Amino acid sequence: MPFDRQKRASLGLTIAAGCGLAFLHLPILLIFVYAFTTEEKSYRWPPPDLTVKWFSVTWNRPDVWEALGLSVQVAAISTAVAMILGTLCAAAVARTKFFGRETISLLVILPIALPGIITGIALRSAFNIADIPFSIWTIILGHATFCVVVVYNNAVARFRRTSGSLIEASMDLGANGFQTLRHVILPNIGTALLAGGMLAFALSFDEVIVTTFTAGQQATLPIWMLEELVRPRQRPVTNVVAMVVVLVTFLPILGAYYLTRDGDRVAGHGK
Amino acid sequence: MTVLAPAILPPGGGVLARLSDLFWRRPSVLLAVLLGPPVLWLGVIYLGSLLALLAQSFFSIDEFSGLIQYEWTLKTYGELLHPANLDIILRTVLMAATVTLAAAVIAFPIAYYAARYARGRWKALFYLGIMLPLWSSYLVKVYAWKLILAKEGILNWIFAKLHMTWLLDAVLGIPVIGGNSLSVSYIGTFLVFLYVWLPFMILPVQAALERVPVSLLEASADQGGGPRQTFRHVTFPLALPGVIAGSIFTFSLTLGDYIIPQIVGSSRLFIGQAVYAHQGTAGNIPLAAAFTVVPIVIMGFYLWGAKRMGAFDAL
Repeated sequence: MPFDRQKRASLGLTIAAGCGLAFLHLPILLIFVYAFTTEEKSYRWPPPDLTVKWFSVTWNRPDVWEALGLSVQVAAISTAVAMILGTLCAAAVARTKFFGRETISLLVILPIALPGIITGIALRSAFNIADIPFSIWTIILGHATFCVVVVYNNAVARFRRTSGSLIEASMDLGANGFQTLRHVILPNIGTALLAGGMLAFALSFDEVIVTTFTAGQQATLPIWMLEELVRPRQRPVTNVVAMVVVLVTFLPILGAYYLTRDGDRVAGHGK
Repeated sequence: MTVLAPAILPPGGGVLARLSDLFWRRPSVLLAVLLGPPVLWLGVIYLGSLLALLAQSFFSIDEFSGLIQYEWTLKTYGELLHPANLDIILRTVLMAATVTLAAAVIAFPIAYYAARYARGRWKALFYLGIMLPLWSSYLVKVYAWKLILAKEGILNWIFAKLHMTWLLDAVLGIPVIGGNSLSVSYIGTFLVFLYVWLPFMILPVQAALERVPVSLLEASADQGGGPRQTFRHVTFPLALPGVIAGSIFTFSLTLGDYIIPQIVGSSRLFIGQAVYAHQGTAGNIPLAAAFTVVPIVIMGFYLWGAKRMGAFDAL
């Protein structure tokens, strides 16, 4: 068997893959160092000294807490909406064949296939035309629109893997549609939905491009960070917030991974 | 529990059971119930606003009063052809193409290793190693690069420690792509784009590589194909749809981004920034709308081509 001998990768490939992974991770690790630096006025490297005082400074900042609260609220509601819409759509597309099925998949993917700025400016001008004042709800409207696709992708992949004969068996045994849904379909797709929901939450929590157009005076956490990026005022606080954001977004990603790792690797796959 | 169930069940009682029977007998009703809410949401809110935006691109702005004239005209599209605006479009497309190519080159070894050689625990590590950067905050990633590329930052420090500052200066001295420092040059913008979108390329390539059956590679080897030949004639063609699928993301995301070039890069505009500037302070919604049509048209052609190459099955 020629391929048994090739179980080990060539040195060149290993180095290329390793460097690629390092390129992906080192910049994020750098953030962790900067959160402890004593330097206030510049991005000087190496840090002159280390301190933990910025953590308490950040903790006592009401604007950071407000932004965080708004982000969590927006992400939670958008995720809920996206989970309902995405699951319904996935069920329809995966279980039945109908005219325009391809168009529906395209419609779901479009909000993230098109650049975010287009979604953002389109929604903004629509709100202006319809005289809808900007509020937390206009932010949610935008976020839910592009979160649908994440839930949809996870659900549709799981629906495809769930064999139709299970459902037929349930029906044969006398269960009606809702009993089948509750006892057969939901347990089968549950973890995929949860994973999709977590990713949708992470997506919404982090979104900035569409949000700049659909938010009025409110600042979500990404908007707060963007202002700091464009006009740095409190670099140490920004460093700490950046580090916390990294840690917080890791949790749903790890969760989604553990929920979907048995068998299918589709969690955030865009699959 | 009845032991002897009748062969044909009596119709169930209750609203739910009757509803369930209705869905069974008329699948189209079920389909309408399932599809109704998402299609209404996406069709009305999303497509509605998109079309409203496109419609505005056919209006024009009065040069003296600055007010929008609600008459159908192609004048705004004509403005896109001004050399300054053509420059913006060309610059953005070139950047998107370069970023896509570089992402494909860097992504391929990672994806290949993950798909072919990583096993068990390593496989999981690789997977998370790609997922975590993919999903970590976009702004934090951009911020990290602002730290790295800053004049007093780590990259300049490394070059200085290695006594290679001359090399950095030489690279920055290249006309057009260079600049005063990395954080205000196209090289900086390119690096950040590449970093931020790279995971979007790795995942589809890896998925495509994992679907290449080992038996095909063995067959190629059995017939005398060396590793190089097998790669060129078997592995790569089969992975190509994955590369194209990934390129959809890297290309489209670069086309529409306006935050990265604003934070890291020269002051010359990209399409996204032009849209942002025209709709914001300038209040020239028609021209902003016309500018958004450019990426839509480019992506339309791109997706059409990608579909023909079978990239959608690799998504």
